[in-house]
Amino acid sequence: MTSLEKRLREIRASGRKALVPYFVAGLTPDWITHVEAAVLAGADAVEIGIPFSDPMMDGVVIQEAAMRALDAGTNLDSISMDLSALSVSVPLIAMTYYNIFHHYGVERAAGKLQASGISGAIVPDLPIEEGGEWFSACAAHDVATILLVAPSTPQGRVETITTACQGFCYATARMAVTGRSSDGGDGARVVDRIRASSDIPAYIGIGVTTPSQAHDASVAGDGVIVGSVLVQAILDGASAPDIEHIVRQFRLAID
Amino acid sequence: MSTEREFMAAPGTLGHFGAYGGRFVPEALMPACLELETAFIDAWADPTFTERYRTVLREFAGRPTPVTPLRRLSAQLGIEIFAKREDLAHTGSHKINNVIGQTLLTKRMGKRRVIAETGAGQHGVATATACAQMGLECTVFMGEIDTERQALNVFRMELLGATVVPVTSGSRTLKDAVNEAMREWVTCVEDTHYCLGSVMGPHPFPWMVREMQSIIGHEAFQQMIDLGASTPDLVVACVGGGSNAAGVFAGFANTSARLVGVEAAGGSAVGKGSPGVLHGMRSLLMQDEFGQIEEAYSISAGLDYPGIGPEHAYLADIGRAEYFAIADEEVIGALEVLSLTEGIIPALETAHAVAWILKEAGREIPLGSKVLLNLSGRGDKDVAQVREMLRGQQ
Repeated sequence: MTSLEKRLREIRASGRKALVPYFVAGLTPDWITHVEAAVLAGADAVEIGIPFSDPMMDGVVIQEAAMRALDAGTNLDSISMDLSALSVSVPLIAMTYYNIFHHYGVERAAGKLQASGISGAIVPDLPIEEGGEWFSACAAHDVATILLVAPSTPQGRVETITTACQGFCYATARMAVTGRSSDGGDGARVVDRIRASSDIPAYIGIGVTTPSQAHDASVAGDGVIVGSVLVQAILDGASAPDIEHIVRQFRLAID
Repeated sequence: MSTEREFMAAPGTLGHFGAYGGRFVPEALMPACLELETAFIDAWADPTFTERYRTVLREFAGRPTPVTPLRRLSAQLGIEIFAKREDLAHTGSHKINNVIGQTLLTKRMGKRRVIAETGAGQHGVATATACAQMGLECTVFMGEIDTERQALNVFRMELLGATVVPVTSGSRTLKDAVNEAMREWVTCVEDTHYCLGSVMGPHPFPWMVREMQSIIGHEAFQQMIDLGASTPDLVVACVGGGSNAAGVFAGFANTSARLVGVEAAGGSAVGKGSPGVLHGMRSLLMQDEFGQIEEAYSISAGLDYPGIGPEHAYLADIGRAEYFAIADEEVIGALEVLSLTEGIIPALETAHAVAWILKEAGREIPLGSKVLLNLSGRGDKDVAQVREMLRGQQ
């Protein structure tokens, strides 16, 4: 079992629901302080978004943030350098599109993640059928390969996915890109389908934008991922204390 | 035809063409891609469906398009050029072949709405046209820059009842229109088909679109025989994503003809690209040292794409097809030559292929060769832009 999954199972066993904030690496020069603020406010793990020029699964907020981060010269090497200045006690999880790792070289990229203190990776445009090389590279570097299950995923496929999935299984709450929410979504139903196949922790993400939605998601799932609302705040100029305040609202809502 | 399937055969269930192709999509879209693959395989093997497809192309789209010997240009260059006249197809380019196939498939799958991306507007206009004819709702995503460069095509789509959504993200051109169409598709896969316009994207699109465009090559193969010209020495087509090239190559892949794809120098995925993953496929892409996709630059919006269809990447790898690049400066001259010598104003995209023939006659193309040019589209949409550029040169 990967060290990430061991850790996340311990959190679940302790009766605590996991809160996983998402940040776009390199969005501001002091982005590392946002990560630290989130941990201070009670994050159990942090997703580090590695910006990509063509983020197919992201809505306008993360698109805009990715563009700004790229314009500022952010890349896998600069992120790794920034992370070396970070000392937090929670796991870090990379989230990006496959071309970033494919182009860097999958073996080299997995090694780079490990060397940067990252213990899991989410690659939403890499389905299990095409993931072989990446999964092997990650296995060699104790990087958990976190896979997604969507509301549209048939049960048979959920079983295949959960078999290959490590760390936690990402239940996408709705058929939409990141940052859009109009209702509670299908997160609970997706979590049920994951649990019918596996006992891996199941976290709900995509469109969780308010503490009250986070609360509902945490009742159904083992954890909640909160992204666009934080990224929007940073785009609007939020400071580290602001981020700490926002994340604390989510923490309070799910505890 | 026992050798028919040696090159450009069906790619198998994972959609791989050698190291390229595949299906790199978010999990939410995977069931839709699998459903589409099943539906296509089923329809394409059903004579009722293929007959309907051919009938609509004949009655509505003007097929078969003729092959025209370009006699004056041939005499000037010392080679024998034949043009497959996709410019004469309804809506002015080969794009109609694919959209007729995909909209018929949309209806067969019981979906009521179609979304599409477009660069120059040709695929958008063709999709809007087919949707109007078949009573389907249609939304077209188009880069904001392209909506300005091709404002008349936006109006055409609207006349045909389509909604055109200008895409303001990223480089605001074709690649961003594809991203936006994919994002939209996630939200509406239940009742909406994504009608991709080229031999790109996740499996089964590269294969399905090639099959739906292969009517170009199969017609041309027979027409060359009927003209007493038999197999050409070269088959030449312009390549953005590569659908017209794939369509014409499909008729000649298992003959002795050299297959030549002509890219825009500013969008030359084979010339300047490296393997990468974008828009659901692994292919050759223009990208920087960290895998960020680079913006393509071309005077023709239809070739403004930083990638190429995965089967082309494969055909380039194994040497079955060759790919060359033509610079913007060479294109307008070629458009003028074809207009003046043959009375055909080609699309700027097509003019790249014409430019390559003009440049290479007597060099890459030995004198006396028989060349089949896929005249993929007409230039009506481009004349305002060409006038501006010619004025600028004076």
